[in-house]
Amino acid sequence: MAEAKPATVRQPRFRSAVTETRPARYMLMAIAFLFLGIFLVLPLVVVFIEAFQKGTGAFVDALIDPDAMAAIRLTLLVAAISVPANLVFGITAAWAIAKFEFKGKAFLITLIDLPFSVSPVISGLVYVLLFGAGSLLGPWLKAHGVEILFAVPGIVLATVFVTFPFVARELIPLMQEQGTGDEEAAISLGASGWQTFWFVTLPNIKWGLLYGVLLCNARAMGEFGAVSVVSGHIRGLTNTMPLHVEILYNEYNAVGAFAVASLLAGLALVTLVLKTLLEIRYGAEIAATRGH
Amino acid sequence: MEVRVAHVRKEFDRFTALRDVSLDIRSGELIALLGPSGSGKTTLLRLIAGLERPTKGAIFFGDEDASLKTVQERNVGFVFQHYALFRHMTVAENIGFGLKVRRHNRPPDAEIRRRASELLDLVQLTGLEKRYPAQLSGGQRQRVALARALAIEPRVLLLDEPFGALDAQVRRELRRWLREIHDKTGHTTVFVTHDQEEALELADRVVVMSQGRIEQVGTADDVYDTPNSPFVFSFIGESSMLPVKVEKGEVWIADRAIGIAAPDTPDGEAVLYFRPHDIELLEGSGGCIAGTVAASRRVAGTRHVELEVGGDRQRVELEIPTSHPASEKTRIAFRPKKWKLFPAAG
Amino acid sequence: MTSVPASAGWRFKAPSVIPGFGLTLGFSLAYLTLIILIPLSGLVWRTASLGWTDFWTIAFDRRTLKALEISFGTALIAAAVNVVFGTIVAWVLVRYNFPGRRIVDAMVDLPFALPTAVAGIALTTLYAPNGWIGALLAPLGIKVAYTPLGIIIALVFIGLPFVVRTVQPIMEEIDKGVEEVAATLGATRFQTVWRVLFPGLSPAILTGFALAFARGVGEYGSVIFIAGNLPYVSEIAPLLIVIRLEEYDYAAATAIATIMLTLSFAMLLFINLVQAWSRKRYG
Repeated sequence: MAEAKPATVRQPRFRSAVTETRPARYMLMAIAFLFLGIFLVLPLVVVFIEAFQKGTGAFVDALIDPDAMAAIRLTLLVAAISVPANLVFGITAAWAIAKFEFKGKAFLITLIDLPFSVSPVISGLVYVLLFGAGSLLGPWLKAHGVEILFAVPGIVLATVFVTFPFVARELIPLMQEQGTGDEEAAISLGASGWQTFWFVTLPNIKWGLLYGVLLCNARAMGEFGAVSVVSGHIRGLTNTMPLHVEILYNEYNAVGAFAVASLLAGLALVTLVLKTLLEIRYGAEIAATRGH
Repeated sequence: MEVRVAHVRKEFDRFTALRDVSLDIRSGELIALLGPSGSGKTTLLRLIAGLERPTKGAIFFGDEDASLKTVQERNVGFVFQHYALFRHMTVAENIGFGLKVRRHNRPPDAEIRRRASELLDLVQLTGLEKRYPAQLSGGQRQRVALARALAIEPRVLLLDEPFGALDAQVRRELRRWLREIHDKTGHTTVFVTHDQEEALELADRVVVMSQGRIEQVGTADDVYDTPNSPFVFSFIGESSMLPVKVEKGEVWIADRAIGIAAPDTPDGEAVLYFRPHDIELLEGSGGCIAGTVAASRRVAGTRHVELEVGGDRQRVELEIPTSHPASEKTRIAFRPKKWKLFPAAG
Repeated sequence: MTSVPASAGWRFKAPSVIPGFGLTLGFSLAYLTLIILIPLSGLVWRTASLGWTDFWTIAFDRRTLKALEISFGTALIAAAVNVVFGTIVAWVLVRYNFPGRRIVDAMVDLPFALPTAVAGIALTTLYAPNGWIGALLAPLGIKVAYTPLGIIIALVFIGLPFVVRTVQPIMEEIDKGVEEVAATLGATRFQTVWRVLFPGLSPAILTGFALAFARGVGEYGSVIFIAGNLPYVSEIAPLLIVIRLEEYDYAAATAIATIMLTLSFAMLLFINLVQAWSRKRYG
């Protein structure tokens, strides 16, 4: 036991048990902000600065260039096909997985996540192997004049592959959490399966669904590696926006490359804003799956 | 170790949790902080531990001003309602943690292990050294949490609703066990609870708190038999109350004296408090409280009767043995055997 | 689809009043098979038809080995960098209050949302010898763009959200009582963080590391601009696949892809085992 201390004046000391000292806090915050500033903010800023470095006129010219317009149209087309396709898949897969108990469910979920763990280049490669010259299907396709590789169908397929899990992995945990009570009640009241889905299930999952579609779309429009492998880089025909960025950049057309890139960066920012708004407004509804 | 809380005030951003609280805790005492949620009992405990900083006032451990010390230096044992065990450490590692992080006189590992198994024996969990918290039941986890707090030979042991997360059976069992451990080790112990039964059964003294103030400090008998405020009267045990008037040392309801003398009470409005079972039933209508039965229900061995009393039909609850003839009547007259008058509020 | 003998002990599907099982599962499986399984099995079939000798010749080709080494090496370093900084970022976001916290939090997802090609040219412009950061580093003799260091920079960018988003929710769940108990037991703040909090976070950190690593190994778009793509120096494995494809050397492309896939799956398996182990032990 400590003896009574001599009567020197001492300041009360208090240190919170759940946080760091002030200098440590400031240091950690400084490190975090510096890191995020260098790695996230600067790249974003540089895109817009480079895009406008020769003025607004050059920026607009770069975008209304026919090849750029063709790339924008193709990117919109690809997204317009692949997002709805994966949306339908996401809903059906989530319905089967979340509303029923069956064997092999866990394995099925793992398979759905598979494309996330495959390099984009390999995602493109598998289609080249499937439809390319040396494949089983290749000669047959060629004989019948069907173009898949180095044409729009190949680009769509590769995009569908890489964006495959987005909607499903958003909906599955959400619908599993909601259980089957609502649907069983609706069925018992005489609703058909379709009515049950439309009036009971869909309203419960609509924000989660939107969240998944948002992320799916961002990836669909921005995919580079997989599309690059199957596209053939034919200007005006099989060039999506990211591929067009590459071509312009490699031709030392910085303004052109960054002008198109700034559109994609703008898309990314809009996606982030919408995503954050959804998380704030409907956080509880989509919390099950926060993340990529 | 005596603990003295001197004029402590604690303000949080929005509200004041404690207003000028003073309390002397005797060495070796087992003391309960009892009150409803929001009464400031947990805040007081955390202030003693050094987990919060008082806005005003000081806390002394013996003669030493504890506010000169950080929580790490205070050497207090703290036990949380939800155990707060380190889940990636074994039971033995949990208990030894406080010794292991010492920078001065850190015992050798073998000694720490020995202390841990000794404490496990004390809390009756012999042989569970290698288990992880996830593999223990709630009651076992709380025993480990206590052993971990005892390992540092604390000057004060502080427990925040230690049995709050456990079911009734385990709760009662651990209560008895805590008392035994306390008697064996003799640590000055403060525990927080909102369960009056727990406080009255376990503690040497009970501190009843309400709205950031201490209402009363005393033994179980003190706070039950001679509550010093309407709050304590109604918070501890069953109570009934009636608005009354005091005139010339007599207690009146409406225009009738009820046979209770209150010579020291000043004239005016007052509230009469009594225990619903601590009454005598009377015949007749003079010098008593009489009313009509409004509701009556059987609870175990007694009948709970709600009476409407007086012109404004004030309701009051009584407990009458089922064998008593009055339990069948529609009109009942009674007088409390023990009672207390408090001035009318406001 | 639902033709299951009701009396048998083994059932494919538990009974339910909700309709649509056959339709939805059938469609899902068909779609999954067409889009994912058939193409992927094409890869496996191609590899199998290569034969061991051909496979080993390609796999042990010096350029292939070097490309794999560069891909895995840079991804490993980048993931390690992200573990350090990603954990700090997550801690700051979870524990500290500062104006604009929401915006900073949202920004962390930028690498998920920004197309990799855009990230690639932006980073290259920044780190080129005449770029904002490159010009600062050039006098110090540090070259980033067109070197393996550039690859690491790109992979740090790509991998950051994996670590932050894996660690963040676990940090949010920390019971403050645990920290307070540690303090009452005499632990300094550093001891509390290092011995109590950090071990609790380590499964999540390890998972984040593995996810960032797996993503980094396969990354293509953001890397090829900044890497310089010199064979044996800064040529990554995915790029080598593309090069072999452009040379119509499908066998080589397939072999490299198979090695990468196998290693990535081993990685994922490892993560799952770690998580299952830690769940079982620590609850």
